Amino acid sequence: MSAARVLKNGGRAAALPVALIVLAQVAATVTQLESDSLASPADIAMAFVSVMGDGTLLKATADTLKAAAAGCLLGVGAGSLLGIVLGLFRIADDALDLTIELLRPVPVVALIPVVMMLLGFGAEMEIVIIALGMLWPSVVLARAAVKEVEPRLMEVSNVLQLGFAARVWKIVLPAILPQLFMSLKLAAGYALVVAVTVEITANPLGLGYGIMMAQQALRPAEMFAYLIWIGAVGWLISVLLNAAQRTFFPAFVNGEGR
Amino acid sequence: MVVTQLSTRPRHGGGHSAPRSGEPRIRIRDVTLAYGPLQIIGGISLDIASGETISVIGPSGCGKTTLLRMLAGLARPTSGGVELDGSVLGGPNRSVAIVFQDYGKALLPWRTAAGNVSLALEARGCPAKERPAIVRDLLEKIGLGQHAAKYPREMSGGMQQRLQIARCLAQEPKVLLMDEPFGALDAMTRQALQDEVLGLVATTGATMVFVTHDLEEAIYLGDRIVCLQPNPGRVGRIVDVSLARPRDQLLTREDPEFLRLRRELYDLIKDDHQ
Repeated sequence: MSAARVLKNGGRAAALPVALIVLAQVAATVTQLESDSLASPADIAMAFVSVMGDGTLLKATADTLKAAAAGCLLGVGAGSLLGIVLGLFRIADDALDLTIELLRPVPVVALIPVVMMLLGFGAEMEIVIIALGMLWPSVVLARAAVKEVEPRLMEVSNVLQLGFAARVWKIVLPAILPQLFMSLKLAAGYALVVAVTVEITANPLGLGYGIMMAQQALRPAEMFAYLIWIGAVGWLISVLLNAAQRTFFPAFVNGEGR
Repeated sequence: MVVTQLSTRPRHGGGHSAPRSGEPRIRIRDVTLAYGPLQIIGGISLDIASGETISVIGPSGCGKTTLLRMLAGLARPTSGGVELDGSVLGGPNRSVAIVFQDYGKALLPWRTAAGNVSLALEARGCPAKERPAIVRDLLEKIGLGQHAAKYPREMSGGMQQRLQIARCLAQEPKVLLMDEPFGALDAMTRQALQDEVLGLVATTGATMVFVTHDLEEAIYLGDRIVCLQPNPGRVGRIVDVSLARPRDQLLTREDPEFLRLRRELYDLIKDDHQ
């Protein structure tokens, strides 16, 4: 895409948000907004500069992202591993299928009190909850991916008499790698949601706690600054992961099979 | 149930070392295969000599592919058995290679041409240092010397099928099984590959079982043609091909014997369809 084209498309996409901001500012100015729950875009921008300037926002962002990344990698890693085992061994799948189907619908936020009781406050508790939230979706995706590995390739590995380890390492893992990355990408967005939820409801750290504090101190401008920042961080993560997916798995993204 | 027991016969022109005279490379002993009440193969017996090329033809549903899969160890006979050099074939065996028709599914899309051939070398424990030279040699031999770094999706159908054949050769197989390998290729590519496969089989001395629905291909390649009949799959006729080797796309196909065989097989197949 040419630079001009990018600018043109970007301009088109940015038109609505910019218009909304302008409209909000006009409305706030006209009504001479004085509120404990709303704030004008200008005030929000000032609050943003302030929390960014004193380092609280960056510290909170780092805390949240660290917990989300650790929980995400832990959950997707463990879940994918279990999913691969279930996909490879029918007997394990039969043995665990009911258990997984029973555990899977439990909303991960319902685990917050339980894990908090076990681990107390802190990053550790948050990471564990995020990991548990990522676990079951990863299991299901990895299991399905293994079961969908081209049967012809499994026959080739049979004919070549590949051992179990070689079969997993040389056939199954490369075949499901695009799906595993897809699993990670989906989990990353979800992990941020869970992280902020845990911070708002229980854990005194990170972006969720920041937004909570701003609300309780009746500082709506700061609250909205946090909110918009959380949205921006989530958007950036998804842009980066999509770019990585296009770079590393172009055939998968374009729907040309694996 | 039709049981056909045949003596082995050497390959025409430059046959290769048979292990012992009289002992077939492959012995198919009265194999049957049934899925529940559905009888797919109804008792096939056949001896195939070392270095021999057998073409298998027959109408669809006659069990051609199933027979080949049993020879590859990918399907287990319900009764009877397959012997390779006198010992029972209990499952897949690296010295029996199979070329599938759907080359697009049989190649690893994440490996280059060289990597795909290398897989077979890795499987048979060939030292890493020796692999590149062997891979280069095989790709050269099959006409892919310039394409070693390409991925399957960057290659034409004919090239992909060549690549699959190269990987099979990397197994150093005693027996090369081919399941309608050229069915999806255009006529020119098909003829070029027929000649290359004949050349490779002649130089390696491999025994070949070639399943096809193309009568001319069956005659052109085979020392013998096994005609299967359906419901359940069994041997109808076995036709000897006495055409001289090496064969030639123009001369062999104009040979009166070739034309006579084509007529004979055509009538046979036609009868089966009625």
